[in-house]
Amino acid sequence: MTPLVEMRDISIAFGGVKAVDHVTVDLFPGEVVGLLGHNGAGKSTLIKCLSGAYQMDSGQIFINGDRVEIRNPRDARAHNIETIYQTLALADNLDAASNLFLGRELTTPLGFVDDAAMEAETRRIMGRLNPNFAKFKAPVKALSGGQRQSVAIARAVYFNARILIMDEPTAALGPQETQMVAELIQELKAQGLGIFLIEHDIHNVMKLCDRASVMKNGQLVGTVNVNAVTDEDILGMIILGKMPETGAPKMEGA
Amino acid sequence: MSEPVQAAAPRRSLWQALGVDSRLLGMIGAFVVLCLVFDVITDGRFLTPRNIFNLSIQTVSVAIMATGMVFVIVTRHIDLSVGALLATCSAVMGVMQVWVLPQSMGLGIGHPAIAPLAMASGLLAGTVIGAFNGWLIGYQRIPAFIVTLGGLLIWRNVAWYLSDGQTLGPLDKTFVLFGGIEGTLGDTLSWAVGGLACLGVLWAIWRARADRIRHDFPVKPLWAEALIATLGVGTILGFVAILNSYAVPAARLRREFRLRGETMPEGYSEVFGLPISVLMLIVVAVAMTILARRTRLGRYIFAAGGNPDAAELSGINTRMLTVKVFALMGFLCGLSAIVAQARLQNHTNDIGTLDELRVIAAAVIGGTALSGGVGTIYGAILGAVIMQSLQSGMAMVGVDAPFQNIVVGLVLVLAVWIDIQYRKRTGEKS
Repeated sequence: MTPLVEMRDISIAFGGVKAVDHVTVDLFPGEVVGLLGHNGAGKSTLIKCLSGAYQMDSGQIFINGDRVEIRNPRDARAHNIETIYQTLALADNLDAASNLFLGRELTTPLGFVDDAAMEAETRRIMGRLNPNFAKFKAPVKALSGGQRQSVAIARAVYFNARILIMDEPTAALGPQETQMVAELIQELKAQGLGIFLIEHDIHNVMKLCDRASVMKNGQLVGTVNVNAVTDEDILGMIILGKMPETGAPKMEGA
Repeated sequence: MSEPVQAAAPRRSLWQALGVDSRLLGMIGAFVVLCLVFDVITDGRFLTPRNIFNLSIQTVSVAIMATGMVFVIVTRHIDLSVGALLATCSAVMGVMQVWVLPQSMGLGIGHPAIAPLAMASGLLAGTVIGAFNGWLIGYQRIPAFIVTLGGLLIWRNVAWYLSDGQTLGPLDKTFVLFGGIEGTLGDTLSWAVGGLACLGVLWAIWRARADRIRHDFPVKPLWAEALIATLGVGTILGFVAILNSYAVPAARLRREFRLRGETMPEGYSEVFGLPISVLMLIVVAVAMTILARRTRLGRYIFAAGGNPDAAELSGINTRMLTVKVFALMGFLCGLSAIVAQARLQNHTNDIGTLDELRVIAAAVIGGTALSGGVGTIYGAILGAVIMQSLQSGMAMVGVDAPFQNIVVGLVLVLAVWIDIQYRKRTGEKS
């Protein structure tokens, strides 16, 4: 089976510091791969090469087995890659619909932005994702963390993302909202999306991910099948940078 | 959000029903009070058709630029060079219509092509210089403050160099029509324009409502829509009526008849009506509002101002956006230069001096936040009107010149302070 995404031998350095050092990870359809590691381990940097926010120095990216060039966020979108950023890349002063369609506005035949149509679509998708959502006219800065996160997720889902990058999607959320996001991830998985999940909470990793790729100091420690290891094994990978001795099969790109 | 005090609840819901920006209401309230105070102090000389006419034509130049400054400030930039840029555009147009076109190119004085060619050259100069500023800011990453502070010196003196520091005139006869008093629509045309504007307002309100009904969205109660429509139509027709009641002085009419070799019939009278320059401002205001609210460019301007990173990650080319915003600002400086020069009937070396401060003050008094992402076109125009009224009113009352500027400065600071308090009160983070 061809992986949905394969990032092969990726390196990127900032002023002599190797933020990502020859790292290879992959992702299959309907799969959630956790990216783990300490702050500064390089996981966010790695994933930003895929989302187009950074340009890698060397390495290749394959989508469905085809070599692709991702130079900017527009290129990433063209390959149906959507990113939900830790910092919630929303324009605080605009309402939910304007944010959902930012950069891809619906327009009338005369080329003007069609706010009514966008609000209607936003109401439709929010009815599915977060039925309690009601503040369609307010700027998103007036929304709670969970409501803002649902706007960000709605943006990815609406545009038929096939590859979803989630950078700590539950970091700013309360328990109920975290549960909502967890259910959403299961649903998206069932629809055949591939999800890269950057996560610090081991509990969430064990619950949501199929595989976990652990990074330390810019290098890949290894990729393990989450069902075959324990919490302690993964913590050991993160802290000590050692593969578990119990010998969970090391998974490489197909 | 904190719960409002019980007593305040009904009033708040009235405002919500009307769907009108309460900040706008506050500004209009302040403006009305200002006018009434001046009118009382001057024994009714402030709110006369003549003074309102003069106020209108004096405001146009700054107000046109203020609409562009809204976009500049919304994208978290600033433009300190607009007054100097206006001077350069004015110098280009002055040189073109006084020296180059009639003399060097031999069109002769009064040729019909002079005015359009001169205007085109000024607008082009403004747009190109503005775009260049935008390129330095967007692509070369030089802060807008520095680029335009340098620009203030550069373009003020380019204007001086181009015109040799001379006052250029007399201007082309068609050109001066755009300055105000020389070019007005008269009775019938003013009513026609006012009528069209009313139809436009009604159509816009009806369209917005029909759109919301079509999508099954909640709509405002009918009485609220009717009240807003009535206020809008009333304001337009009232403004036209006032301008149409300002009669052209008999001496001036007699002179015009004499120039045409005729004698003025007994009892003949004419009114000024709507000045062409004010009509230009209205067209600019409508165009800029549509740009801000109904186009992608406008949406991106506000998105980039609210969160530049989010805009970039959404695939918006924020560098090119900066170029476009400053090019538009430059174009509007050119447009203002036409009005300012035609009103003075000459290009003077000090044209537009300190306009950058008036323009920024107008935008800020009008509710544009320097932190970016927030601002309205109508607010900036109202800000320009308030500034001009304050200045003219004080001059009329006979306030000493230093105190006039002190008061204007105080009002600017006070307006921003009130805005901050307002945002705190409404729970809006600024």
